[in-house]
Amino acid sequence: MNGPLNWISQVVSVSAFNLRTLPQRIGSSLTAALGIAGVVAVMVGVLSIGQGILRTMERSSSPDNVIVLRSGATSEMMSGLGGEDTRFIAEAPGIARDAEGPLASPELFVIINLNKRDTGTDANVPLRGITRQAPRVHDGFRMIEGRMFEWGLNEVVVGVGAQREFEGLELGSSIEVAQEQWPVVGIFEADGGLAEGEIWVDAAVLQPAYRRGNSYQAVYAKLTAPSEFQAFKDALTTDPRLNVKPMRESEYHSEQSQVLYGLITGIGTLIAAIMGLGAIFGALNTMYTAVSARAREIATLRALGFHSSPVVISVLMESLVLALAGGAVGAGLAWLVFDGFRAATLNWSSFSQITFAFDVSFPLLIQGIVFAVIIGLIGGLFPAVRAARQPIANALREL
Amino acid sequence: MKYLYLMWSNLKRKKTRTILTLLSIVVAFTLFGYLGAIRQGFSQGIDVAGLDRLIVRHKVSIIQLLPANYEARMERIEGVSDAAHQTWFGGVYQKPSNFFAQMPVNPEEFLEMYPEYLLTDEEREAWLNTRTGVIAGRKIADRFGWKVGDRIPIQATIWFRKGGERTWEFDLVGIYDGAEKGTDTTQFFFRYDYFDEARQNGQGLVGWYTVRIDDPDRAVEISQRIDDEFANSRAETKTEPEGAFLQGFANQIGDIGMIFMSIIAAVFFTILLVTGNTMAYAVRERTNELAVLKALGFTDSGVLGLVLGESLVLSAIGGGVGLALAWFLVSMGDPSNGALPAFFIPPRDMILGVVLIVLMAFIAGILPALQAQRLRIADALRR
Repeated sequence: MNGPLNWISQVVSVSAFNLRTLPQRIGSSLTAALGIAGVVAVMVGVLSIGQGILRTMERSSSPDNVIVLRSGATSEMMSGLGGEDTRFIAEAPGIARDAEGPLASPELFVIINLNKRDTGTDANVPLRGITRQAPRVHDGFRMIEGRMFEWGLNEVVVGVGAQREFEGLELGSSIEVAQEQWPVVGIFEADGGLAEGEIWVDAAVLQPAYRRGNSYQAVYAKLTAPSEFQAFKDALTTDPRLNVKPMRESEYHSEQSQVLYGLITGIGTLIAAIMGLGAIFGALNTMYTAVSARAREIATLRALGFHSSPVVISVLMESLVLALAGGAVGAGLAWLVFDGFRAATLNWSSFSQITFAFDVSFPLLIQGIVFAVIIGLIGGLFPAVRAARQPIANALREL
Repeated sequence: MKYLYLMWSNLKRKKTRTILTLLSIVVAFTLFGYLGAIRQGFSQGIDVAGLDRLIVRHKVSIIQLLPANYEARMERIEGVSDAAHQTWFGGVYQKPSNFFAQMPVNPEEFLEMYPEYLLTDEEREAWLNTRTGVIAGRKIADRFGWKVGDRIPIQATIWFRKGGERTWEFDLVGIYDGAEKGTDTTQFFFRYDYFDEARQNGQGLVGWYTVRIDDPDRAVEISQRIDDEFANSRAETKTEPEGAFLQGFANQIGDIGMIFMSIIAAVFFTILLVTGNTMAYAVRERTNELAVLKALGFTDSGVLGLVLGESLVLSAIGGGVGLALAWFLVSMGDPSNGALPAFFIPPRDMILGVVLIVLMAFIAGILPALQAQRLRIADALRR
C-alpha cells in the first residue's frame, strides 16, 4: 500500500469525500466563503479607484506628445509662459507640422467654481484656454453634441465627464466668468482622458477674463516621432531665451497622479490587509469546527491505514474550495458594482477636479482571487495539521 | 456575578473558537477606529471651524486674487468686526512631495482672528519684530525637525522674487500649538509686508479673507452684504461661513463619508456572520446543558439572558481591545507622514463604536438566545 499511485488515490478519495459532505456544514462554510467574498470585494473595489485614475492619465497621454512648463513648475496651474516664449517653443526642432503650421498649442489652465452634482458644493473645475492647433494636438478630441466654439467668441465646449459631474453645463446653458455669460455650445469626448473633465474656451477670450495679458501656462505639442524627444528637449533647455521644463506627456501625467494614486492604493492595501486578517480568523474558525466535527471519521480513516498527508491535503482542499468560491463571488461582485462607476475627485497636484471611471481590470480580479487563496491556505493549514496530529485512540474515544 | 462566571466558563469551553472569534471582532473594531481617524483627517478641521468666521473669496474661483484694499471696505460693513487676509504661496520645501500650506499674513490681525493658534509671548514678539519671520505648526515642525532659529528656504512656484529669484528664505521665530485637538498645525505663516514688497508681481493682491462677525446667527445676512458690496466690480466675491467653506473643500475629494460607511458596513456584515455563527454553534452544542439548567430552575428569560450575555462578553472584550488597538495605532502617527492636518479618533466615533459593540452582541446573540429560551426540557434532554 505504499506506491505514489496509492497515495494519490488516497488524496483523491478523502478529498472527494470531504467535499461531498460540505452541504452538511453549509452554515459555517457559507459564513467563511461570504466573509472572504466581502474582503475581496472591498479590496478590488478600492484598488479599482486607483486603477481608474491611472487609466485616465494613460489615456490622456500620447507617446509623441510633449508638454512644456516654466522650469520649477510642478503643474500647469503653477506654470507661466510669455506669449513670446510660446512662439520660440513652437519653432523648436522635432515638432510636427501641418498646413497651418507647427502642431503646438499654447494653453491657459485655470479653474472655475461649479457645483458638484453629488454633494451640491463648490468644486474646482478646470477651464482650459486653447489655441487653434489644440484639437489636432490632443488625440481623440471629438465633438459628440452641438458644435465647436467660434474662435474669438466667448463660447465654451464641455467634456462629457465634466458635464456629468457638475451642474449647469448642459448644452444651451451658460457659465458666468468675469461678469459675462459664456454659453455652452458643444460637448466633446477625448478617449476617456483627463480633458473630458474640462471646459475648453478660446485662450484669447480667457486671457483678458483672468487678466493674463498675453501669457500662457503650458505648451502642448506633437513631435514627428517619439524618438525626437531628446533633441527637442536639448534644444529648449539650451536656448538662452527660455527657462522651461519640457516633459513627455506620459511623464507629466504620471507625476500628476502619483500622490493621489499612492494615497488611494496605500489606504486600500491597508484596509485589505486588516480585513484579510479578520477573514483568516473566520476561515480558521470554520475549518477547526469542520475538523473537530469529523474527528472521529478522520481517526477511523487513519486507523484503516490512510496516511496523514491525504488528510491534511483534504482539509486544505476544502478550505481552498471555500476561499476560491468566496474570492470569485467577491471579485465578480466588485466587477458588477464598481467597474465603470464614474466619479470625480480633487487632484491635489493640479488643485482641480479630475473625472474618471473605476477600473476593475483583469489583473485586479486575479489579484483578488489570489488574495482569497492565501486566506484559504492559512485558514486551512492549522486545522489540517491538527486533524492529522490527533492521536487516533483519543479521537475515536471522543463523543 | 455567578452568571458572569457561568458565561466565562462557557466561553472557555472551546478556547480556540473563542479566541478566533475574539480576534475577528478585534480586527473589525480596529479597522473601524482607524478609518474614523482617516475620515477625520480628510474632513480637515470642520469640527473646529469658527462659528463667527466667514471666508470671502473671488466668485469665479479661489485662484483668482482680490485687492488688499477690500479689507478696509469689509470692516466698514455693519456686523463685521474684523477682516484678515491670506494668500496661497504654494512653494516647495526641498522636494514637491514635502507638501504643506504656506501663507503670507499680517501677524497681528491674523493671530487675533485665529486665537486657536497658540504662541508664547516671546514668539509672538519675535514674529512682530522680524520681517522675514515665520511661524510653523507643531506637526510640520516635528515632521521636518525644525527648531526656532532655523532658516528655512522655500522654492517659489507661483510667487517669484523681484529679479526672477526663486528662493525665499524665512527665519523660524515660533512654533504654534493648536488650542484644540482638531486644530490644524501643519501650516506655515510668514509676513505679508515682506512678501508684498519682495514679490515680482501682483502687489496689493491677496488670496482670500477671513472675516469675524459679531453675531453668528446673522452669518447669511452679512455674507450677502459683503457680496453686495463688491457686486459689479472687477473682482466679485463669494462669502460663506468657515465651516461651510471647509466642508465644501472636503467634498471636493468626494463623498468620504459614504465610502467610509460602505467599507465599515462590509466589514461588520462579515464579522457579524462569523460571530453569529459561533454563537449558534455554541448554543447547539450545549442543548443538553441548557436543558439541565432549566431543569434546575433557571427561568426561560434567565437562559435567554445567559446566552445574550455571553455574546455581549465576547463582543465587549473584542470590541474594547479593537478600539484600544486602533487608538494606539492612531497615536503612533498617520500613514501619510504628517500630511493630514488632523489625525485622531473623534469622541463621536468612539461612542459609536461602543454602540456598535452592543448592537453586534445583540444581533449575533438574539437568534441562538431565543432558541435557548424556547427549549423544552423534556425534548432537549431526550436528544
